[in-house]
Amino acid sequence: MAAKTLLINGTMVSAREDETILEAARDAGVKIPTLCHLDGLSDVGACRLCLVEVGGRLRPACTTTVSEGMDIRTHTDALKAYRRQIIELLFAERGHVCAVCVASGHCELQDMAVALGMDHVRYEYLAPTCTVDISHERFGLDHNRCILCSRCVRACDEVEGVHTWDVAGRGTSARVITDMNQPWGESETCTACGKCLLACPTGALFKRGATVAEMEHSPARIAMIVESRRVRG
Amino acid sequence: MNPKLRLATVWLGGCSGCHMSLLDLDEWLIDLAAHVDLVYSPIADTKIFPAGVDLALVEGAIANDEHLELVHTIRKQSRILVSLGDCAVTGNVTALRNPLGAAAPTLQQIYVDHGDPRGIIPAEPGIVPVLLDTVVPVHAVVPVDHFLPGCPPPAPRIRALLEALLEGRTPDAQGPEMLRFG
Ligand code: SF4
Ligand code: SF4
Ligand code: SF4
Ligand code: FES
Repeated sequence: MAAKTLLINGTMVSAREDETILEAARDAGVKIPTLCHLDGLSDVGACRLCLVEVGGRLRPACTTTVSEGMDIRTHTDALKAYRRQIIELLFAERGHVCAVCVASGHCELQDMAVALGMDHVRYEYLAPTCTVDISHERFGLDHNRCILCSRCVRACDEVEGVHTWDVAGRGTSARVITDMNQPWGESETCTACGKCLLACPTGALFKRGATVAEMEHSPARIAMIVESRRVRG
Repeated sequence: MNPKLRLATVWLGGCSGCHMSLLDLDEWLIDLAAHVDLVYSPIADTKIFPAGVDLALVEGAIANDEHLELVHTIRKQSRILVSLGDCAVTGNVTALRNPLGAAAPTLQQIYVDHGDPRGIIPAEPGIVPVLLDTVVPVHAVVPVDHFLPGCPPPAPRIRALLEALLEGRTPDAQGPEMLRFG
């Protein structure tokens, strides 16, 4: 496979021609913040946290393939400000109350807020009405904590091969749904495999019975499952 | 020697947990006492928020008309205002009622529809503060100088902020020791 030569933060690196900017940066030891990307799943560019500047223009690193001579900046002041803004908007959009959340202490959104230096949210909280679905016998879904990253959708579709999840609606009324927007417990397709829980970065998907700070997701397991299947052929 | 810093701590729409965390500073409070005059606090016998406050630590969200009035007074009469804890910084648990709608439908749902026994919405003008329609964080009403997240902020986090302010430094608002919500 042909190699491409590009600049990341002024340093010359070479990358495989089919690599994304995110992968090339990671190979070069540059860590770009992500939320909707999960190793083992396809990329959709949903969260925009991985935005980088390519020749001065904004591109999502996870869905942009490298090309020859690209001049990429990953951590300019403008990008850092955008990323913090994105995180603040995610907190403002739903009802995140870390103090009473199953995922507190194990949440990628909470960690990202720390990493990006968010000490408060400058936007008005929308405080939307969000339902909680605990119709499934083992799992629960709290829309208050969903960031619409679609990792559950892709884990269920691409790894379990079921596609129970999807996203319905637009803008602030978009919600993840199961089957034909029916309660999860009534889903005919769900195999109760739990891969969506492994993949979820927040407290939106949880094991029933888990209380504050008890829900630990294991997103790295998704890549392990995908890799061991590939090895076995 | 520098004059003592005039310190106020205020309990708005919160559970007092942030003040408990402050008391968790244990013997360091004795060191602190050497540098501050506690001029207003739920743990001091004062009723009126005084003028000329150097540092106000504000716990809790703005949830009723009393909070709203007091927070304006605090801002006017304090040099440095700190939002202490998640309720002050984000609304947090106090703001959980916001999706229920404005004050009237919220009270209706809580005291009447789901009340046990059913029936009475508390209303004692001049005694029971009137709920605002929306619970908001402190910085939605007045400018805030520093934010200290945490539910409650752990005592060492409060101490780090106080030490910085006592030394005239800007508190370091970086990293999991100082920032984590929840
Ligand atoms: S999902 Fe994460 S950010 Fe949201 S309330 Fe839970 S711990 Fe906090
Ligand atoms: S438990 Fe498995 S099958 Fe059911 S929705 Fe989640 S990923 Fe899909
Ligand atoms: S439920 Fe979890 S994995 Fe699914 S979209 Fe929401 S935050 Fe992402
Ligand atoms: S990680 Fe690239 S857009 Fe979310």
